Amino acid sequence: MIVASGNTGCKKNRLLTRSRRAWGMILIGLLWTGTAFGAGKYDYVDIDNPLLKKVPIAIPFFKPVSGNSAETETAKTGSNMLSDMLAFTGYFKILDRGSFLVDAQKSDVAAPMFKGWTTVGAELLITGAVSINSTQLEMDMRLFDTFNEKQMIGRKYTGNVKDLRTMLRRFCNEIMGLLTGSSGLFESQIVFISSASAGKEVYICDFDGYGPTQVTHNKSINLSPAVSYDGKWVAYTSYARGKPDLYIQNISDNRVSVVDKKGMAISPAWVPGKFELAASLSFSGDPEIYLLTGTGKVINRLTDSPGIDISPSFSPDGSQMAFVSRRSGTPQIYIQNMNSGQAARLTFQGNNNTQPEWSPKGDKILYTELKKAGNFNICVIGANGTGLMQLTNAQGDNESPSWSPDGSMIAFSSTREGASKIYVMTAYGADQRRLLSMPGEQSEPKWSPGVKN
Amino acid sequence: MKRKYWVIAAMLFVVPGLMLTASCAKKVKPTEAAVSKTDESMKKAAPAPAQDNSAALAAREKFMKDDVHFAFDSSVLDTTAQGILRDKAAWLKSNDAATTIEGHCDERGTVAYNIALGERRAEAAKAFLVNSGISAAKMTTISYGKEKPLDPGHNEQAWAKNRRAHFVIK
Repeated sequence: MIVASGNTGCKKNRLLTRSRRAWGMILIGLLWTGTAFGAGKYDYVDIDNPLLKKVPIAIPFFKPVSGNSAETETAKTGSNMLSDMLAFTGYFKILDRGSFLVDAQKSDVAAPMFKGWTTVGAELLITGAVSINSTQLEMDMRLFDTFNEKQMIGRKYTGNVKDLRTMLRRFCNEIMGLLTGSSGLFESQIVFISSASAGKEVYICDFDGYGPTQVTHNKSINLSPAVSYDGKWVAYTSYARGKPDLYIQNISDNRVSVVDKKGMAISPAWVPGKFELAASLSFSGDPEIYLLTGTGKVINRLTDSPGIDISPSFSPDGSQMAFVSRRSGTPQIYIQNMNSGQAARLTFQGNNNTQPEWSPKGDKILYTELKKAGNFNICVIGANGTGLMQLTNAQGDNESPSWSPDGSMIAFSSTREGASKIYVMTAYGADQRRLLSMPGEQSEPKWSPGVKN
Repeated sequence: MKRKYWVIAAMLFVVPGLMLTASCAKKVKPTEAAVSKTDESMKKAAPAPAQDNSAALAAREKFMKDDVHFAFDSSVLDTTAQGILRDKAAWLKSNDAATTIEGHCDERGTVAYNIALGERRAEAAKAFLVNSGISAAKMTTISYGKEKPLDPGHNEQAWAKNRRAHFVIK
């Protein structure tokens, strides 16, 4: 019944090598090997549906297998942690445990009494069993479809007790992968800028705001961070040498390449799947977008028009690039074919459209628009120019939208509560809420790619 | 703020220095609070002939104090801006000074766009001065985007002050 799968061991390509991220050896076993539920086969969660109904899910306290105090404690904290992670996505309605008719801690985790769960409205159920032996933690995690009375996912995670959060993140990734057809959210991180005592520094945190950690320490002004596709590098603009230069920094060992040319070097964006990036450089006397190697050497020039050309963002296949240009007299979003070099204007509504962000699925582009009322708001438009939708409509300015790697969520900055802070919302603008509670001002969130297991 | 410091530094060191003699003034060292840039600027200022000092200092102060202002999302030099730049050209012609032209923006708009816009503002000011006969080699530009507002307010009055090209004598 239990099959040890191949994707075990230390995770590669981690964004940070800090001790609390030491994953150790987490072994994953499959707890069920029936007919496969293909990814996206079931439309439990349709992230492309703006009128989405949240999926009601029951997450009872996990079952302590031997009943020792460590197991009892972890069963409680683990089930709460899992609830928080799934609630964070905005796609689930976590059912109140007080309404449950079944005591899951006294039931068989592999064979729930489905009627008891459908009666309280659960369409999905997660059961968990916790075994702790000294520092060894074993988590038996299962997802059930209560109406069809079927187990959809079963995994056994074995590792150190400190790996609890990592195990649960992996399980959440499995759930989202199955339910939405794309995974990666729970393995991703967010880079952002936070004001410090002197200047602004680059920080990084988990997808849900957990564990913010400072990346730069130069006490200068650092801006516009972007993480490479292998998760190892962060590119950003820094005034550390007195003017806006482009820095490309290895996150784990802090090696840095600097693009220190005349003028400015701003708005870096990584090319999908390559150790290459595009950025706007003005050494020619005019801001133009260039393709650079991962060590900051110019490969070639991508735009050639008088005035501002900045903020590249690539389609997932790398064949097209969205960017901001003033070639028509106001800042607008354009799309350029990378082979032909031909560019076409995408946005026609409003006089100030900036910060394009191509969606991971390739069909949509997020951007920031200055509304007539004087505030900035986040909009989304089809890559073909149709289906324009405004996603934020709050007090203050809403800027710097960034897709989660699975396309289910959007991070952005907003001054709706005064100081600039980072918020998240679903892909359709629902469930807007603050991500971090840090002092000072936070801005320019950028989701990292989902680093695969 | 930077400008304010410079003026205070100038009052503290240059003025007492000049009250003695030009040679003495060179010995005046700034305190730790004064930045090194100010120190160099003072040395250049100090050897000026004593009788012209107050007028020269006032002209120099005006050169650094008068910012060139811009409309929202614009790097176009209006007539007021051009008038200020003509004064700057006149001062630069009679003073052999190298300058940095800083381009700044108001807080509205996105970070990268404002850095690009600030650069266009500084470059527009520089181009006007080059056309007025000032050597391009004497001028460098830098954009701070919206990162260094002069007025931290969140209203049009503050924004108008912050949309500026600011001149610093190197």
